[in-house]
Amino acid sequence: MSPTEIHQRLQDQHTDAITSFEAAPLDPFVLVKPDSIVEVCRFLHDDPDLAFDCLTNMSGVDFLKEDYIQVVLHLYSYTHRHAIVIKADVSREEPSMPSVEAIWKAANWLEREIYDLLGVVFTGHPDLRRLLMPEDWIGHPLRKDFVEPEEYHGISTRRESLLK
Amino acid sequence: MSLAGYEFEVQRDDGLATEEMTLNMGPQHPSTHGVLRFVVKADGEIMRTALPDIGYLHRSIEKISEKVGYHGFMPYTDRVDYVSAMQCNQGWAMVCERAAGIEVPRRGEFCRVIACELGRIASHLLSVGTMVMDIGGMTPFTHAIREREKVNNLLEDLCGARLTFNYMRIGGVAWDLPPGYTEQVTAFLDQFEPLIDEYNDLISYNKIYVERLANVAAVSKEEAINYNLVGPNLRGCGFQYDVRRDEPYSIYPELDFEVPVGTGEVGTLGDCFDRYMVRIKELKESCKIVRQCLEMIPDGPVLARVAKKLKPPVGDAHVRVEASRGDMGWYVVSDGSEFPYRTKIRTGSFSAMSIVDKLSRGLMIADLIALIASLDVVAPEVDR
Repeated sequence: MSPTEIHQRLQDQHTDAITSFEAAPLDPFVLVKPDSIVEVCRFLHDDPDLAFDCLTNMSGVDFLKEDYIQVVLHLYSYTHRHAIVIKADVSREEPSMPSVEAIWKAANWLEREIYDLLGVVFTGHPDLRRLLMPEDWIGHPLRKDFVEPEEYHGISTRRESLLK
Repeated sequence: MSLAGYEFEVQRDDGLATEEMTLNMGPQHPSTHGVLRFVVKADGEIMRTALPDIGYLHRSIEKISEKVGYHGFMPYTDRVDYVSAMQCNQGWAMVCERAAGIEVPRRGEFCRVIACELGRIASHLLSVGTMVMDIGGMTPFTHAIREREKVNNLLEDLCGARLTFNYMRIGGVAWDLPPGYTEQVTAFLDQFEPLIDEYNDLISYNKIYVERLANVAAVSKEEAINYNLVGPNLRGCGFQYDVRRDEPYSIYPELDFEVPVGTGEVGTLGDCFDRYMVRIKELKESCKIVRQCLEMIPDGPVLARVAKKLKPPVGDAHVRVEASRGDMGWYVVSDGSEFPYRTKIRTGSFSAMSIVDKLSRGLMIADLIALIASLDVVAPEVDR
């Protein structure tokens, strides 16, 4: 199925959940309301004509100027060999959206990574801990307004330029 | 690392006092293929959980990309998976080309595929070699490394480096094949291909080796897809899927090669042995691809003309590349400036590590080593 057809099926079933659809970009995407992400993903996964059995990639992007964090899900169907991109915008102040871990186990670590690096809280995640950064790290490094701390446990993060 | 929620009761009916045991494996453990740690909770020799603790090799490569620009990021991609850096080069080049709409010259594509498949041979040799070593057989490792050195020599002739190549550029490759390269590579392949059978005779069907791997940590196809296992780990479950064949890119559609899958020949379908055997079979397929490329390679330029300050239009692009550890997803967001706004790399080892906790339950502690080796996890690729 083409992305337009996939969107059409989604639109028929879950009109309220979808904000918009962009067919023009390289990877056409459906913008979904964050609170409806589970119902939309459940439908994409379970519907036999769509059968998105694989979450290939999940990223978070911090749009500082526009003041939101975008969570991007790249879905792929091994059954039908088609793909779609789902995006959801959450606020920067209190970023939170439901977890899709119950649908794709692959989301477990991907969501933990986004929580760690961008601070998005995935409600309903069974084990939401930091993944890459130390447990006592303060802040979320992939946020655009992140300022690197001057030291960590007495270890300086500053060093002189080698070019001097 | 907090282990709340992972406690369990040890129950015995013979009246002996027992308790659960927490065991640290790593960060510096010879069989963890890089710096990573497992917290094993065990009941005697039986594991209840083996929780991976990662992040020791986190070099924030994704963050660096936001500071160094599109061309400048190429050497960093080598460090994503330093065991098979060529495909990481290719992933980054391809995602930028897709975002900016750049066409690669045909000869450049052939150079890329030759380099990538030689890289795959080198990577799989290290994988199968260290796997045997982890389990306790020292000799086959030396055989595998001896051949890997020859591939490294070939790659050194191609680009001057043996591990982190920085060979590809956005729009093609940095250098054409050196003079006499076809003969050199063909001579290596002629000598190497029979050695794969020798390797099988030496270790693959050795009774002790088979018994260590057969029926250990079998993964079903559905489970593998749900956890997003990719590459040889996915094909080991008997599911024939290869990005090179099924979502073709570069010149792969023109090439003739098989996609080997696990068959459960010595035990359950999708066990450690199947994953191992897929890699052995892929060595042959890669040789086949390199031979075809050397024959078909056309004349012409290898590098397209690309702006020094590349500024892809506002938007995002995603590509998937079949790296040695499977389907690698590259995602880049451009804000129209000369620096990527956001880069995300989803690697094969990352998803392979996330399934370890699930698979390890109920295994013997010694089998954890076989499991990690058979998943071919490379730590820098997990952490990036």
